[in-house]
Amino acid sequence: MSTSRNLNLRAALVSLLLLAVLVGVWQLAASSPAIGGAAGNVSAEELEYLKMMGKDPGATKSTGFPSPWAVAQVSWSHLADPFYDRGPNDKGIAVQLAYSLGRVGLGFALACLVAIPLGFGIGMSPLLRKSFDPFVQLLKPISPLAWMPLALYTLKDSDVSGIFVIFICSVWPMLVNTAFGVASVKRDWLNVASTLEVSPLRKAFLVILPAAAPTILTGMRISMGIAWLVIVAAEMLVGGTGIGYFVWNEWNNLSLTNVIFAILVIGVVGMLLDLAFGQLQKAVTYVE
Amino acid sequence: MAAAPQQKVSPVDGFLEIEKLSKAYQAAKPVFADVSFTLERGEFVCIIGHSGCGKTTILNVLAGLDIATSGNVFMDGREVAGPSLERGVVFQSHALMPWLTVRQNIAFAVKSRWPDRPKVEVQALVEKFVAMVGLSHAIDKKPSQLSGGMKQRVGIARAFSISPKMLLLDEPFGALDALTRGTIQDELMSIVRQTQQTVFMITHDVDEAILLADRILLMSNGSETATGYVPGGIAEVVVNPLPRERTRAGLHHLDGYYELRNHIVDFLVTRAVAH
Repeated sequence: MSTSRNLNLRAALVSLLLLAVLVGVWQLAASSPAIGGAAGNVSAEELEYLKMMGKDPGATKSTGFPSPWAVAQVSWSHLADPFYDRGPNDKGIAVQLAYSLGRVGLGFALACLVAIPLGFGIGMSPLLRKSFDPFVQLLKPISPLAWMPLALYTLKDSDVSGIFVIFICSVWPMLVNTAFGVASVKRDWLNVASTLEVSPLRKAFLVILPAAAPTILTGMRISMGIAWLVIVAAEMLVGGTGIGYFVWNEWNNLSLTNVIFAILVIGVVGMLLDLAFGQLQKAVTYVE
Repeated sequence: MAAAPQQKVSPVDGFLEIEKLSKAYQAAKPVFADVSFTLERGEFVCIIGHSGCGKTTILNVLAGLDIATSGNVFMDGREVAGPSLERGVVFQSHALMPWLTVRQNIAFAVKSRWPDRPKVEVQALVEKFVAMVGLSHAIDKKPSQLSGGMKQRVGIARAFSISPKMLLLDEPFGALDALTRGTIQDELMSIVRQTQQTVFMITHDVDEAILLADRILLMSNGSETATGYVPGGIAEVVVNPLPRERTRAGLHHLDGYYELRNHIVDFLVTRAVAH
């Protein structure tokens, strides 16, 4: 007990040290001046021309990369007022996140509704398994963004297309895991259910579902991870709202500070989502 | 036009009738063939034989979990055509649902048997059967928190809890240590004597068979002989001559114990053909 606490403490210290080193290197890299153009003997006209071209030999140039402190300041200003909405290109970070999470949630929920019942069927029936297998194998490796043009054309709505892309990327890991979990339920438990003459529905919900739940949740966790990766790219493509669009918009504004802030937020939210699914997974896991 | 299939009627009047049962994975070499025996109501019958002779297959056919290649099984005059609540099964590996507590595991069986019973009655039944195997203190524990012997006891309680017409036990104590095994054998015997339960049990343990069984079926393995392949089957039925009120501790002092034991061991060593 004390050794594990000791280990945790030491690990935390090392983590802090790593963070300090990282921020330090970042600070150094951001503050080192870029090598300016060599100021030779230039005439007044030439100097003016260079200035107009943005190549003023007299000016001290920075890399333009924001320092940690600048990012911290910007982060604070975003976090201090997260809910404002001043038109299409100026929304608070929480509003943008809510759009992204809403799309992910909707697409993911739809994927659950399709993948879990279908996975159940595939896991229970060898016929379904064999007949669905080529489709799953073929469709699974397709990058979800490749569906985007097709989705935009058929669905005619960028928002719905984003949700569709999340759906299509979430569906496969859940489908495959559910089918696997259901197919590998212990023979003994099914035999118990048979000798007790349990009805098929009761067997599905009271024996197969809890037995396969850990595997199903693993699939859901993987799906959620992929969905969160994909939403950023999808929103960069379709634009309008969301954290992905925010990144793209700030890149167009050349505000790297905001881009870095958004990257950090994406990381934190992704981590929280994963933690939540980890907790769910823990809740349904059983020890044999 | 063919007549509608009719319920086959048992020609003999034992409680459980097994007629010319055989199981073949390769048509030319059945694992066992021509297996016929009967069980009377309230009788305790053990089947003993080496691995691979088909004991578990026979038990699974009786349970309705497996289908024989040929032959019939009748219980109480009706053909056994699938799993039924009338036959309780105790599995070799306890087969408890690990996500349910002991209470929930047994309640699952009780509710399957009597879906319309009120909750209070279900709970009362559950508690009664858990108490019967002496596990009242562990009723709200998960199987993973129990020892192997305790898990097997829960399995026995679950099989009894549905008040089946007969009990099928597939080597229930095979994975237990000798001490635990002895205790549970005693428990099982006293419960069976009280409830007058009809039991069919697989075992590898000669002493266990002698202690528990009224009759012992000795089963031989299928084997290649000079005259061709001979499928496995029931080579001999031994009636246990020892008094029915026997205990594990006093077993080896009873007249006839050693003769019986030697006879069975001789069979296993010389006649049953081990694989």
